[in-house]
Amino acid sequence: MMITILNIVISGLLLGGIYAVTAVGLSLQYGVARVLNVGHGEFIMLGAFITWSCFTLLGINPLLSLVICGPVLFIVGFVLYRTLFTRMRISSPTPGAFEGNSMLACFGLLFIIQNVAILIWGADIKRYSYLAFSVDVWGAKFAANRLITLGFALVICLVFYVFLAGTRLGKAIRAAAQDPDAAGLMGVRINRVLAVCFGLGALMAGLGGALISMCYEIQPTMGLEYTMIALIVIVLGGLGSIPGSLIGGLILGLIGSIVTHIEPGLSLVAYYVIFMVLLLAKPTGILGR
Amino acid sequence: MGIGKKTSKNAFVFGLVLLILILLAAAPLYASLYTVILLTSILMYVTIAVSWTLFSGPTGYISLASAAFFGAGIYTSAIVGRTFPLPLVIVLGALVSFCLAILVGSLTLRLKGIYFVMFTFGLVELLLHFILWWEVNITGTTGRVVPAVANTTVFYTMLMILVLLMLTAFFIRHSRFGLALQSVGENEEAASHSGVHVTALKIIIYGVSALFMGAAGASMAARWTYIDPTIAFNPLISFMPVLMAIFGGIRPLYGPLIGAAIFTYLEQFLITRFPYYYMLIFGIIMVVAILYMPDGLIGLAQRVWQKSSRRKHADT
Amino acid sequence: MPILEGRGVTRYFGGLAAVFEVDFEVEQGEVFGLIGPNGAGKTTLFNLISAALAPKSGSIKFRGKEITGLKPYQICRMGVARTFQTVKVFSNMPVFDNVLLGAFFGRRDSMTGAKARKETTALLEFVDLANAIAVPAKDLTLANQKRLEVARALATGPELLLLDEMMEGLNPTEVSRAMALVKSIQERGITVIMIEHVMRAIMNVCGRIMVLHHGAKIAEGTPREISASKKVIEVYFGERTDA
Repeated sequence: MMITILNIVISGLLLGGIYAVTAVGLSLQYGVARVLNVGHGEFIMLGAFITWSCFTLLGINPLLSLVICGPVLFIVGFVLYRTLFTRMRISSPTPGAFEGNSMLACFGLLFIIQNVAILIWGADIKRYSYLAFSVDVWGAKFAANRLITLGFALVICLVFYVFLAGTRLGKAIRAAAQDPDAAGLMGVRINRVLAVCFGLGALMAGLGGALISMCYEIQPTMGLEYTMIALIVIVLGGLGSIPGSLIGGLILGLIGSIVTHIEPGLSLVAYYVIFMVLLLAKPTGILGR
Repeated sequence: MGIGKKTSKNAFVFGLVLLILILLAAAPLYASLYTVILLTSILMYVTIAVSWTLFSGPTGYISLASAAFFGAGIYTSAIVGRTFPLPLVIVLGALVSFCLAILVGSLTLRLKGIYFVMFTFGLVELLLHFILWWEVNITGTTGRVVPAVANTTVFYTMLMILVLLMLTAFFIRHSRFGLALQSVGENEEAASHSGVHVTALKIIIYGVSALFMGAAGASMAARWTYIDPTIAFNPLISFMPVLMAIFGGIRPLYGPLIGAAIFTYLEQFLITRFPYYYMLIFGIIMVVAILYMPDGLIGLAQRVWQKSSRRKHADT
Repeated sequence: MPILEGRGVTRYFGGLAAVFEVDFEVEQGEVFGLIGPNGAGKTTLFNLISAALAPKSGSIKFRGKEITGLKPYQICRMGVARTFQTVKVFSNMPVFDNVLLGAFFGRRDSMTGAKARKETTALLEFVDLANAIAVPAKDLTLANQKRLEVARALATGPELLLLDEMMEGLNPTEVSRAMALVKSIQERGITVIMIEHVMRAIMNVCGRIMVLHHGAKIAEGTPREISASKKVIEVYFGERTDA
């Protein structure tokens, strides 16, 4: 009994940690850069596949791949923002129009990235085995890679939180999240910061994807589900609140673990029900403003 | 609405539409089967695109749930197709989608637009997973076989659905309901303070828009002899009307028509030439289109909705 | 019974009390002025009455019926109409349609199409826009857009009309025209509450005035009493001079 509970909790935290990392990414992109990136899951997928490629083709340790995935996806996100969204932001008549248009552009990106991935890696499911041995924790057996993933997810979240709260760039980001125009007037180079945010969002997605690839199977069409979940998490935690995304992710992960234990295959449905209830009861989320 | 006087231009357009309709109706008599099937696809895309514009144009809300309503129609047809005659099946498909839209709308249309977009975006995946789970755990079978229907029958039903849709769109626009819709699109707060029950309006028009998508789905189901949730709920269908609204949208009734026609042709062309790349190309087209449309999608769709009451005026 | 009554009306934005414990009574048929420096809470009070916002506490009664908690369209149909500080016309719709909408949807009992059109035409005459019925609202001058808003509000058959800074941005001639319009609205038996900064208009048109400052009511009375009140002069008159 205890073991089952422990199992559920650890699985939940693992899932939650991954959800948190990916949701924080989306929160940055939407909360700050105001781009509702419905293609977010595709960045996650890219992170997963880059890690897979590094491991199976180059023999690089997946944990080390984190250091590769992160920057690569950061650059992708940064460049995308500078080329595509900055231009859109300028040409959109209202912020609302920009949100709508950027979201639709991301829809287009979703198709582009997914299909490029299919072309490069094929449409099949892939997986690799890394640190797949069992570890004994208080009588319950856990796969080592899952525990390490959980650890890394939590560390990433912590590091990110410290970055946001402590560093100058972090402060600039928080300012931009509150009011981009005012931040710009205060000397923040807003176009640069927004692009950095979007890049950071992609980076977090990539890291999340790398972590996912260590524990689960991956395929090029995996992105949409993770995008959905990230969306639900950021609404749960409160749009624009980064700590909210962290907490929301963990909560959702725990719920997912419990639901999967009771009735596997219904976890996404459960998330949706939560989403619906949230929208009706408190659309601003747990920590939202 | 408005102080419409029938201009000769309106009469010309009406005549042209009638001519096209007659040509279409006679198509199976003179065109090849391949052409008829292609035309059916075009009709399907046009129906979905126009239905989508019917809602998203005036309200300014972007619905990404078209695939859900269309898929609901397909599934309804698959479930009841054997027991009921085709007309009833289509009506049922329409009703199911209508109810689904009313439900979704009631829950989400009172909220800010962004939540609505998110919810509709996920609705397709939700239905897909739910029905998949249902089939695996409860009914024990995945997928269903759809009773076959002749291609020409499908063609005529789609044509009828589209004609009904166009008539509905026309009558709505020239009614007080259409006036209210327009005002909501212009300035929701002012409309609500002028006595318009904005939320109810949005929900109803959402239902109407979904109704036709469901009918189209029920009618098209025979195209796929076997369906399962992944086939019926295809996110691409949510993506298409949006693209077509960006492309075609000069006039509400003609815009999606032109866009859809171009698109289906393009799709057929690309699928045969570059079977692996066509989705990629669509994605690129979408991004490029959004980037270079001067006022983006919502502005375009709203201009689309208002164009018909444009008049020359003197300075005031 | 006063046509509109407010008791302890309060609304916060974050930590700031935009409207704080405001009591008021407006008698039927009068033109009631609402003045105060910028940020005093006047438009917020209008928003609370018309249900664009909900009060944190307090009650607002129209004809003795509690209206807090209702939706804007319901309040409109009950007989309360308003205009907006930043003009909210339906820009791309012709002038006629702007007003027609009010006639169709804002009335307590619905009208037939023909009757609504007649009413619309009559109202457009009343506000002097009969020459512009086919013009898209965005192509009107500001002064005319404000008149259009008034016509639209009147089309809903109100008993109470809230005018929010109707005269802002108007030149003196236009102000005089607007004052005349308010008087003729009153003559139709409609009660008017007007927010204004243009002192000439307020003093000449209003029967009673209420003064808000930092969300609270600081004075109430006839124009003469208000212009003589030391409190009001300290708080308000020092900030604006007017022709």
